[in-house]
Amino acid sequence: MRVKVLTPLAVALGLMAAGPASAQGVVKIGVIEAMTGQQQSTGVQTLAAMRLYMQQHGDTVAGKKIELIVKDDGAVADNAKRLAQELIVRDKVNVLVGFAVTPTALAVAPLATEAKIPTIVANAGTSIITERSPYLLRTSFTLPQSSVIIGEWAAKNGIKKVVTIVSDYAPGADSEKTFTEAFTKGGGQVVEALKVPLAAPDFAPFLQRARDASPDAVFVFVPSGQGATFVKQFIERGLDKAGIRIIGPGDVTDDDLLNGMGDQVIGTVTAHMYSADHPSELNKKYVEAFKKANNGLRPNFMSVGGYDAMHLIYEALKKTNGDTNGDKLMAAMKGMAWESPRGPISIDPETRDIVQNIYIRKVEKKNGELYNVEFATFEAVKDPGKAKK
Amino acid sequence: MRGPDVSTSAKLASAISAQFTARARWSPLEVLFWLAALATIWLAPDHHLILTEIVIWALLALSLDLILGYAGIISLGHAAFFGIGAYTAGLLAKHALVSEPVLALLVSGAAGAAFGFLTSFLVLRGTDLTRLMVTLGVALLVREIANRAAWLTGGADGLQGIGMEPVLGLFRFDLYGHTAYAYSLVVLFVLFVIARRIVGSPFGLSLQAIKGNPLRASAVGIGQTWRLVGIYTLAAAYAGVAGGLLTQTTAFTSLESLSFDRSADALLVLIIGGTGHLYGGLIGAVVFRFAQDWISAATPQYWQFWIGLFLVLIVLVGRDRIGSWVAPVRRLADRVSDWRAWRRPPAVEPTAPGEGGRP
Amino acid sequence: MVTILFDGIAYGMLLFVLAAGLSVTLGLMNFVNLAHGAFAMAGGYAALVVVNRLGVPFGLGLVAAFLFSAALGALLERTLYVHVYAKSHLDQVLFTIGLVFMSVAIVDYTMGSSQQFIAIPPVLQGQITVLGIGMSKYRLMIIVICGVLTALLQLGLTRTRFGSRLRAAVDDQRVARGLGINVGAVFALTFALGSGLAGLGGALGAEILGLDPIFPLKYMIYFLIVVTVGGTSSITGPFLASLLLGIGDVAGKYYVPQLGAFVIYTIMIVVLIWRPQGLFVRKGAR
Repeated sequence: MRVKVLTPLAVALGLMAAGPASAQGVVKIGVIEAMTGQQQSTGVQTLAAMRLYMQQHGDTVAGKKIELIVKDDGAVADNAKRLAQELIVRDKVNVLVGFAVTPTALAVAPLATEAKIPTIVANAGTSIITERSPYLLRTSFTLPQSSVIIGEWAAKNGIKKVVTIVSDYAPGADSEKTFTEAFTKGGGQVVEALKVPLAAPDFAPFLQRARDASPDAVFVFVPSGQGATFVKQFIERGLDKAGIRIIGPGDVTDDDLLNGMGDQVIGTVTAHMYSADHPSELNKKYVEAFKKANNGLRPNFMSVGGYDAMHLIYEALKKTNGDTNGDKLMAAMKGMAWESPRGPISIDPETRDIVQNIYIRKVEKKNGELYNVEFATFEAVKDPGKAKK
Repeated sequence: MRGPDVSTSAKLASAISAQFTARARWSPLEVLFWLAALATIWLAPDHHLILTEIVIWALLALSLDLILGYAGIISLGHAAFFGIGAYTAGLLAKHALVSEPVLALLVSGAAGAAFGFLTSFLVLRGTDLTRLMVTLGVALLVREIANRAAWLTGGADGLQGIGMEPVLGLFRFDLYGHTAYAYSLVVLFVLFVIARRIVGSPFGLSLQAIKGNPLRASAVGIGQTWRLVGIYTLAAAYAGVAGGLLTQTTAFTSLESLSFDRSADALLVLIIGGTGHLYGGLIGAVVFRFAQDWISAATPQYWQFWIGLFLVLIVLVGRDRIGSWVAPVRRLADRVSDWRAWRRPPAVEPTAPGEGGRP
Repeated sequence: MVTILFDGIAYGMLLFVLAAGLSVTLGLMNFVNLAHGAFAMAGGYAALVVVNRLGVPFGLGLVAAFLFSAALGALLERTLYVHVYAKSHLDQVLFTIGLVFMSVAIVDYTMGSSQQFIAIPPVLQGQITVLGIGMSKYRLMIIVICGVLTALLQLGLTRTRFGSRLRAAVDDQRVARGLGINVGAVFALTFALGSGLAGLGGALGAEILGLDPIFPLKYMIYFLIVVTVGGTSSITGPFLASLLLGIGDVAGKYYVPQLGAFVIYTIMIVVLIWRPQGLFVRKGAR
């Protein structure tokens, strides 16, 4: 397509304004991830999984060679937007993947629309993201998916009073809102809603406040990486002894950090879409290969977002016979369904969001290591944030 | 004995005035520099995005140079003004208060200047260390305010949904950044020319006197307070414009524009290019951004290491010594600009009184 | 209520141990060391390695943290810092920011990017209740250790020969040299001590502050606030400032969580304007 540049200046300069055209036989995938900063574990996990997929499935699809161009945005939206623009204009990428946090995905959305580049959100989990551009898809999860499930589950399982503690940014607000709705509909009561600053948190004062409200459980959402600190301080403060349980989306018992949390975390119940313990043949192979390729690092729920994003790209290219036209790729990706290490998943053709199983898990010790062990499954959950509309 | 006295002072006056004229004259090297910058509009259309960013860094570093290089104030919080400008431009565009970019940019600069004026009184007092901490503290405070005032600024999610109108109603911002680059470059050039005039003026020279020796400066009757307030406010306005440019060219802004990293990087950019000669920030921005681009493409995870190593080496080797390595270049520049053969120190009678001795 | 106070004190004490070294380098040696947090991080990771990987007891891990950071401090002081003492504050700022960036990348490369925890013995886990007040055992230990350290530090600076040498070297280097004091060695030792304390603080604080590669950047600001508010002419100033900051921060988050970090930054700026040399300055100090 041609970008219509109406500026007389640009016309006078005679600048070429060709749309994204790839070099012969190469499909370029621009990866925008947080490789530095507070969210870097997300970037490391996602990229490792993407590389693993390429290693397992070869780097040639439908006669095209796949090339990754990795850029570090440090989870900063300004950088993400600039890098995306550069990747589109200068490197002429065909697909964008990544986005460790919601703001980065939101910032890139207008560019995806303007350049008609399929953009796959592999990590960020705020519901609204995919509504911001018709070229956005998601292979991670939405926070309402797991928040609503855990809310319903909690209300049915003897939890009456809850204090919510969430990080103070869009995903936090999302998960708090949807949890509260589901939980109160089921007859529960949220006695206090606390918001924690995103950066450098000492949870102690918030936990103390939660304790003083003496609820049955604390609902918590903190970004991947902060969960361990939270659980430690939760126990240090004796909230577990006071009979308070932790519930929430699975971010808090992140597989990546679970073993560092100590045995006190055993018994924590969360709802999420992936556990390294998921009992499928595919997942066992995935975990084994991932660990082998990354010094024994255990894959977490962020990694599968990257793995499935690559799968989506590979399969879409097979469908289009290697055609990298943005609209054709989008058409191929919509509605695709496959078996992921996390279980069966698909892309909702209408919302371009992910549809997947949400599992209720409990932390247990297996072979000397801590795992989120799944004990109940809610099948094919669509994003409740959109289903309502 | 009055006669000769008058004539010496007249001669001195004309010499000084000649000196000012010489300072104001553009050397061929400078002309070449700006012609090269202009040429990139046509010659490097694929790099306009990174070039736009360089221009914005250059403007921010130029602003920092005004206070560090010319008034000797160390600041670790210059991002405060940058961010205020960025959010001003963003809010103006988002709520269509002032939709024409150039006008909005002026407002951004004014917002930066207003805040600079208010905070300038805080940095007048105290030692380097106090200034460091105060500027840092002010920047942190502003960032925290922006973070808390999510209803206005979008908080940690950034200011979403900014739609930019065409510049002067004519030039639309395009995906490839052509308009953005040309626009930013023009802004930089205009502001550079103004800054050049100001630092070459008696006001600029008096600032350098204060920087060199505050005690002596006040002894010869150069009052400090208002001069420092003035330059600080001016620098803040420049930083505000730089921030406004960033928002306008990317149609987005976030807390990052107020972060400590931005203040530190601005300092780094200026140091790379050298302080106290206006071009430092410009050259530094070019080097910094291309180096960063290149290193982070090679090792996305560890680029900070090389930036850090670079800083450590700069200090250990000594900035003066690095300055002396480029001295031959500068001397060459001087010689080229001396081709009119009359650029001489003052106090001696001017060789070309006809030119220099305006009554 | 009292629990909040208790938490605040523990947090403040921890900040003090972390920042004490900085107040010495900044106040006594007039050197702006923004890389102070890097030494704290080094200590934290040293403890992590010996405790988690080598199975050394936690207490010894703390000692290891102190020694490792002190050694690292001494090494860097002798090889690098010594060249920068005489330079301008601007150079010092640039130099130490450079070190911070390098340390972040090095730790990221060698130790990985995710947050890590030092395994603490079961004895220190959980809470004890004294007079109906719930106190975390770990925080209680922090208070005890930091309290003892503070006392030792105060005694060391005022009562020992080394302390008086240090103060002499700071007051007038040339005269001190003339009196046969080896100023370079005194500075190196002081620097090592300060870094060691930071390392110990980093190891102790891993449980509360977390331990990841960006630690030096995250907490730099807190250390600087402690030193600015406390002034740099004595140990008691920063100590009181740390307590104030710790209690203020924790209480602020408990009672008015909406305000967040406002309170602290505002205090810092007000103090700087009102008393540019810090709140707790000895009369007649420079």
